[in-house]
Amino acid sequence: MDAIVIGPRNRLIAALRADRGGKVFLAVLAVTGVLVPLLNLALPESSSLHLSSYTVTLLGKYMTYAMLAIAVDLIWGYCGILSLGHGAFFALGGYAMGMYLMRQIGTRGVYGDPVLPDFMVFLNWKELPWFWHGFNHFAFAALMIVLVPGLLALVFGFLAFRSRVSGVYLSIITQALTYALMLAFFRNDMGFGGNNGFTDFKDILGFGLQAPGTRMALFLVTVLALGGSYLLCRYIVASRAGRVIAAVRDAESRARFIGYKVESYKLWVFVFSAVLAGIAGALYVPQVGIINPGEFSPANSIEIVIWVAIGGRGTLYGAVVGAVLVNYAKTYFTAALPSMWLYALGALFVLVPLFLPQGVVGAVTQLRARMIGATT
Amino acid sequence: MISAVLGRFSGRSRSAKPPRIGPMLAPNRIEAGPDSSRGVILYLEDITVSFDGFRALNALTLYIEVGELRCIIGPNGAGKTTMMDVITGKTRPDTGSAWFGQTLDLLALTEPEIAQAGIGRKFQKPTVFEHHTVFENLELAMAGDKSVWKWLYARITPTELEHIEHVLETVRLTERRDERAGALSHGQKQWLEIGMLLIQEPQLLLVDEPVAGMTPHEVERTAELLTSLAGRHSVIVVEHDMEFVRSIARQVTVLHEGSVLAQGSIDEVQGNARVREVYLGV
Repeated sequence: MDAIVIGPRNRLIAALRADRGGKVFLAVLAVTGVLVPLLNLALPESSSLHLSSYTVTLLGKYMTYAMLAIAVDLIWGYCGILSLGHGAFFALGGYAMGMYLMRQIGTRGVYGDPVLPDFMVFLNWKELPWFWHGFNHFAFAALMIVLVPGLLALVFGFLAFRSRVSGVYLSIITQALTYALMLAFFRNDMGFGGNNGFTDFKDILGFGLQAPGTRMALFLVTVLALGGSYLLCRYIVASRAGRVIAAVRDAESRARFIGYKVESYKLWVFVFSAVLAGIAGALYVPQVGIINPGEFSPANSIEIVIWVAIGGRGTLYGAVVGAVLVNYAKTYFTAALPSMWLYALGALFVLVPLFLPQGVVGAVTQLRARMIGATT
Repeated sequence: MISAVLGRFSGRSRSAKPPRIGPMLAPNRIEAGPDSSRGVILYLEDITVSFDGFRALNALTLYIEVGELRCIIGPNGAGKTTMMDVITGKTRPDTGSAWFGQTLDLLALTEPEIAQAGIGRKFQKPTVFEHHTVFENLELAMAGDKSVWKWLYARITPTELEHIEHVLETVRLTERRDERAGALSHGQKQWLEIGMLLIQEPQLLLVDEPVAGMTPHEVERTAELLTSLAGRHSVIVVEHDMEFVRSIARQVTVLHEGSVLAQGSIDEVQGNARVREVYLGV
């Protein structure tokens, strides 16, 4: 009973205490955060245990995907809103970071223009478009990484939820949203580099992006961001608001009847989730080194939902497991059997809901329960 | 036909005429709750509702006293559910007036406003939040400020906790407080739902077929529960089960074809020749 009448920090601790999967995840994340720098920087390259910078970057990329998956699990697994457009928020965060990185190139570009990025010189533009101003400051870019996805989600969500668009209709318009953005970003005259997007980044905050130290720093920031996102989301779902959010998922009209402003709750979660996705995108771009309109493709957004479904919806850590598993499989298949990847993904999408309706995490939990049941 | 359509649309304005007894016209002040100082909590007068010519309610007049436990019985189609719908604002009557206490004109309020004013309704099919625990269901249903920002960091106050514990005890679910509501038996779900109404401290409770599908033991406990609620709340129970009605009712109203056929104690009602003819089938 005392566990209920306590402050926010203690409440988070209490929530984690009951969250076995979360504890395992955070422990693994902490170990990764310590081991990876050791194996990468402290061991000589000749050692068989040495981790290459390529692997570090790959792990960093998986972690940004994991963050994105957590954002989708929060909105889908806990609030019941199946967003098939979260790739758009991820990409917008990525583009905001990309704009900063482009401005950092300066005279080192192919055309050597101190202000204009290469693609603008190539298009014969004479001056920087207004929306590119400010992106030479990291703080401004950081603000935009949060604001742009957040505001888009706010406006989109406000209109959709106020009109009581829900279920499959909402999923379809989120697909339309990301598709429309993809088409827009493909256009050269939008001022975002057209189909090539941004690449050839040189440095971030004055540190060379190719340097192992910078890569490691980016990796560690991503580890912290992933852990932080997890804790924040866990706090939200364990709060009283979190219980309302789950109530909205299970019986929306009942929650409304009791007196909750269902639309406000949905909008709040949607915006928060979009901001998380944007931050994940911003961490993704400097590590991967490129952002282009392909990130907005509707298929990308659907894939995120598949990660969450495969990992185990409505658990948060399941989303992480799904994102890492599927992307590891993707890396493996696209290298070993390139033509098989799409078949493998398709097979996963059919087989997992059939045989693992609760995802990998759910299957493990069930197995554990059965084993405990067998021993007692 | 045309006049029936017009009647439906103009029903609201006609209802503005003050009821024959009791309430005086006064602005609706929901926050203040109903003024039941004259000992009557609900006034229904001359309520008529028709659907495509079928009169679901036909000049129904009914008064419920403060703290009363009233059973409403009647054959299918007698208008029991329509009457509940009128009280909760789901259906607007063509004519007539409905007042909650002396000052609240129910016909001028929306459904959520009526709920907020203090009328709670339990539907036939229990709709609890199955994935939440019993305790959380009650917490969710509790009255108060329900904004997102507050609830992100709000914690349960000792007063709220006490309130929940009290309701848990009333509906006899204290021992199952931490179980998921989905794991409860049908009867327990019904009690939980009654608890979710009680925690909002309604003055008037509408309970639709509370014992349908319950085991005899559960029926008995439900009877005890509803009887214990009367006094502190006014309770209207719609029920088919005559044994159950006999076990709880002090006052019984028999509806037939949309109006009151008979009213009185259970024995009086069962002894009434007309009632025996239309309802009890003897």
